[in-house]
Amino acid sequence: MIDSLNIAWKYIRFNKVKTATLVACITLISFLPMALELLLNESEKQLMSRAVSTPLVIGAKGSALDLVMNTLYFDDEVPELITMESANRVMDSKLAQPIPLYVRFQARRNPIVGTTLDYFDFRNLRIAEGRQLAILGDCVLGARVAESLGLKPGDSLVSSPETLFDLAGVYPLKMKVVGVLTKSHTSDDLSVFVDLKTAWVIQGLGHGHVDVTKLQDPTLVLKRTGKNVAATAKLYQHTEITEKNIDAFHFHGDLSHYPLTAVLAVPRDDKSGTILRGRYLKREQTRQVVRPADVIDGLLQNIFRIKNVLDAVISVVALATILAIILVFALSLRLRQREIQTIFKLGCRRATIVRLLAAEIFIIAIMSAVFCGALIWMVNQFSNDLVRMLFIR
Amino acid sequence: MITIQTLEFCYPNGEFKLNIPDFQVSGGEKVAVIGPSGSGKTTLLNLIAGIMTPQNGTVSVDDAQVSTLGDLERRDFRITNIGFVFQDFELLDYLNVFDNVLHPYRITGALKLDKAVRDRAESLTQDMGIGDKLKRKPNDLSHGEKQRVAICRALLPQPRLILADEATGNLDPDNKILILDLLFKAVSDYNATLVAVTHDHELLKHFDQIVNFQEFKNKAAV
Repeated sequence: MIDSLNIAWKYIRFNKVKTATLVACITLISFLPMALELLLNESEKQLMSRAVSTPLVIGAKGSALDLVMNTLYFDDEVPELITMESANRVMDSKLAQPIPLYVRFQARRNPIVGTTLDYFDFRNLRIAEGRQLAILGDCVLGARVAESLGLKPGDSLVSSPETLFDLAGVYPLKMKVVGVLTKSHTSDDLSVFVDLKTAWVIQGLGHGHVDVTKLQDPTLVLKRTGKNVAATAKLYQHTEITEKNIDAFHFHGDLSHYPLTAVLAVPRDDKSGTILRGRYLKREQTRQVVRPADVIDGLLQNIFRIKNVLDAVISVVALATILAIILVFALSLRLRQREIQTIFKLGCRRATIVRLLAAEIFIIAIMSAVFCGALIWMVNQFSNDLVRMLFIR
Repeated sequence: MITIQTLEFCYPNGEFKLNIPDFQVSGGEKVAVIGPSGSGKTTLLNLIAGIMTPQNGTVSVDDAQVSTLGDLERRDFRITNIGFVFQDFELLDYLNVFDNVLHPYRITGALKLDKAVRDRAESLTQDMGIGDKLKRKPNDLSHGEKQRVAICRALLPQPRLILADEATGNLDPDNKILILDLLFKAVSDYNATLVAVTHDHELLKHFDQIVNFQEFKNKAAV
């Protein structure tokens, strides 16, 4: 009975370091292209599914990619701002339903998405715990944010200042967590949702303080003319919206001039969408309308172009590794000449030597395949998170 | 019985030529082969075992003419009929003592490894005094112990012919006698023939026949 596998296994166990090195080389060189392919396919799926489900995005003229990445995936890169007037115009045109978005601030590294309740219907986001946004200062958390920060309805979350060194900048706002969304496996899971007006309060465009007409302390008053009172910087502004002070919050000026990063436009039909897009074609227009699917498709084309280069590089590295492995086996055979001669002298056939070596290669290949399979399984299990970590938010 | 008829062997590089006149070894006989280093003693054992083939002449072991067998038949014949104890033990360092002893059974289809063989291997290693070292690797053994493992490996298939190439070399006097006794015991147990190469003239008195390579005057430097 020729027990090639048993003997080969004993040889492999005895030469642990050599075997581990070979297995690691083969595993990595097989795993890398497969993992890359898997992650790119997953990122394509995720990017495209969200892009396809978002018909039109209106934003300031400039980088369409920045606009789409900020609007769809709440990327840190904030595009040029537009105003609420853009949303009002879409509404007035009756061609599409506008969903304004203001994605500029963060709370503990999670984007704060200022929007309206229409956004939740549009994205089919449901409340898993608590309630929807109702009053100024409320926030609803994406499932992953609630999970990672350990927050639940009734807790509070403070917005992060844009820059710590700007003493005259925006004060952090303590927001009340009123709800947690169900998991959607999209960027929404990693976001903090507030009403548009709350986002403007975070920026300081809306604020709350004591009634300046009733101020007694002269150091708080800069100028008093007729009905107008100008307060000094000493005037305390509320950093939390409560039932007691909510009435003190107010917005100065015309809300239609308030900033947005983008407007999601959901056309009533294809024709309406085409007409709407036509309205933003004029050169003097300061805004643009983009179809996210087109923008993401362009991005993916570039990614796949880079992937082709990576594939070529990996192929060359794989070839080099295979040659190195062949060299290792050849050198190993030379080192094992004495052992092979002994087996020959005992009366072993040449075919048995080939079988023994083949058994060793087979075991190493199986071990590499198992490790590679395990790694691929892990990548597959966490592909969603990995894609969000590596490619998109 | 071994029969050699006007054997001629030359290495491919032509630097060494071996000529052996006719000689015979009867079954059950213990033969010592002596001669200076490089005179061709190991080559003779290799020719008898069919590891090398002569250019001229024949080597027969019992009824089989080893020198004319085909490669595969020669290998099968060797593993089933000849127990070879090599000069430097030639144990496989990745196998433990027991696996080394069983190794011939695992590399050929000509021998069948079953429970009886395993039991015999255990009993043989006990007899050889290495029964408590079956799980050890060769690197953990002394010279004498390694040699005993090599002898067990050679004897396990119960060969008709035992070839020992300086089996007692590098051993202390006590171990030399012990190893020789073990080989002689196997010869009597299996009714085998023993051809042993040795440099130790003190051991020659234990053998039935002595083949002295110097008497052949067969070495010719080219």
